[in-house]
Amino acid sequence: MQPGSRAPAKETRIVLENCGRIDPESLSEAVKAGAYKAVTQVVREKRPSAEITAEIKRSGLRGRGGAGFPTGVKWSFTAPGDVKYIVCNADEGEPGTFKDRLILEGDPHKLLEGMMLAGYAVGASKGYVYIRGEYSLSIRRIQKAIDDARAGGYLGDAVLGSSFAFDIEVKKGAGAYVCGEETSLIESIEGKRGYPRLKPPYPGSVGLWKKPTVVNNVETLANVPAIIARGADWFRGFGTASSPGTKVFQILGDVETPKAVEVEMGTPLRTLIEAFGGGIRAGKRFKAALLGGAAGAIVGPGALEMPMDFDGAKERGGVLGSGAILVLDEDASVVELLHGILRFFRHESCGQCVPCRVGASVLVTLSERIRSGAATADDLERLVEVARTMQATSLCPLGQSPILPIQTAVDSFREEFEARMAKPCGAGA
Amino acid sequence: MNELLRKFPRSMESLLDILHAIQDADPQHHLSDEALQAAAEYLGAPLSEVVSTATFYTMYSRMPRGRHIIRLCESPPCQLLGGETLLDILAEDLGVAVGETAPDGAFTLETTSCLGACAEGPAMMVDDRIYGALTKEKVLSVIAEVRRSDATR
Repeated sequence: MQPGSRAPAKETRIVLENCGRIDPESLSEAVKAGAYKAVTQVVREKRPSAEITAEIKRSGLRGRGGAGFPTGVKWSFTAPGDVKYIVCNADEGEPGTFKDRLILEGDPHKLLEGMMLAGYAVGASKGYVYIRGEYSLSIRRIQKAIDDARAGGYLGDAVLGSSFAFDIEVKKGAGAYVCGEETSLIESIEGKRGYPRLKPPYPGSVGLWKKPTVVNNVETLANVPAIIARGADWFRGFGTASSPGTKVFQILGDVETPKAVEVEMGTPLRTLIEAFGGGIRAGKRFKAALLGGAAGAIVGPGALEMPMDFDGAKERGGVLGSGAILVLDEDASVVELLHGILRFFRHESCGQCVPCRVGASVLVTLSERIRSGAATADDLERLVEVARTMQATSLCPLGQSPILPIQTAVDSFREEFEARMAKPCGAGA
Repeated sequence: MNELLRKFPRSMESLLDILHAIQDADPQHHLSDEALQAAAEYLGAPLSEVVSTATFYTMYSRMPRGRHIIRLCESPPCQLLGGETLLDILAEDLGVAVGETAPDGAFTLETTSCLGACAEGPAMMVDDRIYGALTKEKVLSVIAEVRRSDATR
């Protein structure tokens, strides 16, 4: 895998089309690049709101936060009511993920327009962007975009002089991974601890301030304006039948050119790593990749032909998740990678439900024994067993997630774990 | 304090923003008992609710901290690129362990979850600014630079 030995691979940009090409702090540049065209048309033509939801449904757009739930279906589940909310989940915290930051910092008006269209579709007049507190620049940029859009008549009591009212407020998080879970995020906006709620009821019926609420990821919402402007059929021209459109991937770790790229859904993992990531650094060999962040899958060389879309990845034992692809070369240790992930879960477990609070701690203890060579033969099975119990009994996706990296790592790299269990720490992977 | 609080609507929805504002305005970057009491009174909320929220989020500190807060990313992408050794280098240079504040009150050393700067890892945040592509030399020069600008203030 020689860097630069093949023609530069081409991206297909929808959500990132303007990033790096316009001044993100200029409303006029954004408008010149097409911002607010879709919402202007919808509002002027007084298109029925159900048509907007139907178009998004037809487009096959699925949630880009990781779960892949059909966005139009989620919107159509919003319960009737006078007061509803659109919440944009910009609490990007999945390790190895910064796609939402690129949109927030590079093209904030695209996100705002997506939220307005979502509000129009479900009948909400208020939106919140919940951004993690560490993203200072994102917070400043999105706040400036909101102020400018308000001054420009795009946001407010009468959007573009119409009867449609919509306004947006920024909410700054304060450092809690669990708040990326939609009900924790809602609790956090309400000023409380970010403890996940029991589901059902889902936010679509009982959400923020107990009102019907749509929670969508940044990248999901950023796809909406283009779909409404150009149509569902256009969108379906990209990607696969079950995962239309594009996805932003972050290719990281032991690659020559770590970066984020937006490509069609279904692009093979190998293409992402070799053509976009420049191949493995320093001519080394590929060993493993962590797909989708901490709550992701650890796959070996056998997975390189995996098509990276929701179903293609899942069918081959992978996961799309947030689109993070952390690459490990032949010198890296899967045991150490998994240990880092498990420490992360222990730190981020919110402590509300017992299986996750205790389980996340037990996982680190077991993993520590394995990496230090102090484990007994059963400890690897116990690691899987504890994670499986957490998956079955935890309240939210955080506690349900560790099984995925653990099971996939043990399936593909059992020999490395067993070798490590018999040797002291540092004696090789 | 009251002047600071008056900028926010008297609703629990303001609580996270209020806690951020109090902490940012405090030279020791922390939430004192008095500040939390004032926030509770302003919002008409029980002190227990305010404390409950304040102690949940990692960006809030109940302990006084230094003038500058250094947060080294400890998530797997940065660790893979050598983040762990950088923590030792920082700890040695500052003379503190993680979570501690240097005796002269200049720095507090913390770790953080992913900063979203993974393409330029390993990364750290010093106050509001993110530094990437860290090496031992770069870490030490960033700290030295902060020390210098403090000395000339």
